[in-house]
Amino acid sequence: MNAFFATMRRDVLLALRRKSEVLTAVFFFVIVVSLFPLGIGPEPALLKKIAPGVLWVTALLATLLGLPRLFASDHLDGTLEQMALSPSPLALLIAGKITAHWLLCGLPLVLLAPALGLQFDLDVRTLGILSLSLLLGTPLLSLIGAMGAALTLGVRGGGVLLALLVLPLYIPTLIFGAGAVEAQSAGLGVEGHLSLLAALLALAVFFAPWATTAALRIALE
Amino acid sequence: MNMKIINWFRFASPQSFYPLAGRLIPLFWVLALLFGAAGLWVSFFVAPTDAQQGEGYRIIFVHVPASWMSMIIYLAMAFWAGLGLALNTRLSSMMAQALAPTGALMAALSLWTGAFWGKPMWGAWWVWDARLTSELILFFLYIGFIALQSAIDDPRRADKAGAILALIGVVNVPIIYFSVKWWNTLHQGSSINLTRAPSMAHTMLWGLLLMALAFWMYSIAVSLMRLRAIMLERERHTEWVKHAME
Repeated sequence: MNAFFATMRRDVLLALRRKSEVLTAVFFFVIVVSLFPLGIGPEPALLKKIAPGVLWVTALLATLLGLPRLFASDHLDGTLEQMALSPSPLALLIAGKITAHWLLCGLPLVLLAPALGLQFDLDVRTLGILSLSLLLGTPLLSLIGAMGAALTLGVRGGGVLLALLVLPLYIPTLIFGAGAVEAQSAGLGVEGHLSLLAALLALAVFFAPWATTAALRIALE
Repeated sequence: MNMKIINWFRFASPQSFYPLAGRLIPLFWVLALLFGAAGLWVSFFVAPTDAQQGEGYRIIFVHVPASWMSMIIYLAMAFWAGLGLALNTRLSSMMAQALAPTGALMAALSLWTGAFWGKPMWGAWWVWDARLTSELILFFLYIGFIALQSAIDDPRRADKAGAILALIGVVNVPIIYFSVKWWNTLHQGSSINLTRAPSMAHTMLWGLLLMALAFWMYSIAVSLMRLRAIMLERERHTEWVKHAME
């Protein structure tokens, strides 16, 4: 487990030394969410209705923004090959990198979402569910995205291809995540959506680092 | 016993499968045309008009087989891709690559005929129903597989990366299949079930089964044709290809 925490700490430190990259994704989230009321019109009932979808879709896109960098620089300077050669299991190191990606890319979205939800006239309980659904959903986005990032590593037109591969796989997360918030604001039960989201997360925590590792080994061949 | 095993694996090499595929392709084309002609005849002239949906229901004779094929081909593609990844067999990876465009075509056909059916029946070209959405995701997965394979120059790496993507996407197939049961949405439930009598006229069922067989044969025929082309392209440096081309 030491290797896991060491990789995570390293990635977080590296990112914090170059803050602009982290902040880009966060500001992208804030700005795009704020564009919707301007584009659609400030009707409070309508904004309340579209809020879950807008916040969730923007969270998907903001996550996508940071994904190509997940492995690219380590691949370029050879760090990734050293990781593959190291005695600690590669899947553990990759899990550390994915966790770091979530801490830098996902967690800020979870923390910012309630403030942005206020712009859409959501009440306190709905804001709570929004945060909870994002807390369960954003790690899932990082895990699925890491598989896509590993598959497209060093490939021509990797960035566009990454979006093409990853966005379809994000759809279940989007449906259950936004569905939970919608159910809450409609006064229905949210447990079903959140349970499915948690089940998907459990599945991804188990399989995604392994699949990512397999894809990276192919890229390193 | 020993002989049998050797014979079985003989066709795992492109060199020996190439002539076999060449002999099989005309057979599957003939079967596809026969089943297709019979199926179209039954579905247009024999099958009765539907009590609720009138003549418009006849689009199911294309829509349902195409939807089945889109799912079956994905499973077959993932199976061959997985086999290629696990055993490093060249031919199975080529098979996966050959199946993908036909699968994408079937998914597109299923969505398109569904839209033609939906406009008169539901009054909308498209609704965000669970089955439609998951079929759309399946189409995107095919496109992603094809795009990923064509973006990577080294064929071995392309095969392996594609295989991982195909295996990740397999989770979607049961979701499509069970979506009409799990979510109670607009798309109608299945009319054909193995455990109880079909809830449609027998001639309709026959038309559907004949069309499904025609689609099977067509898919096998075109996939084998594409497979032969892929074999020639990838093995172009070998001696047998030079002989085969003469």
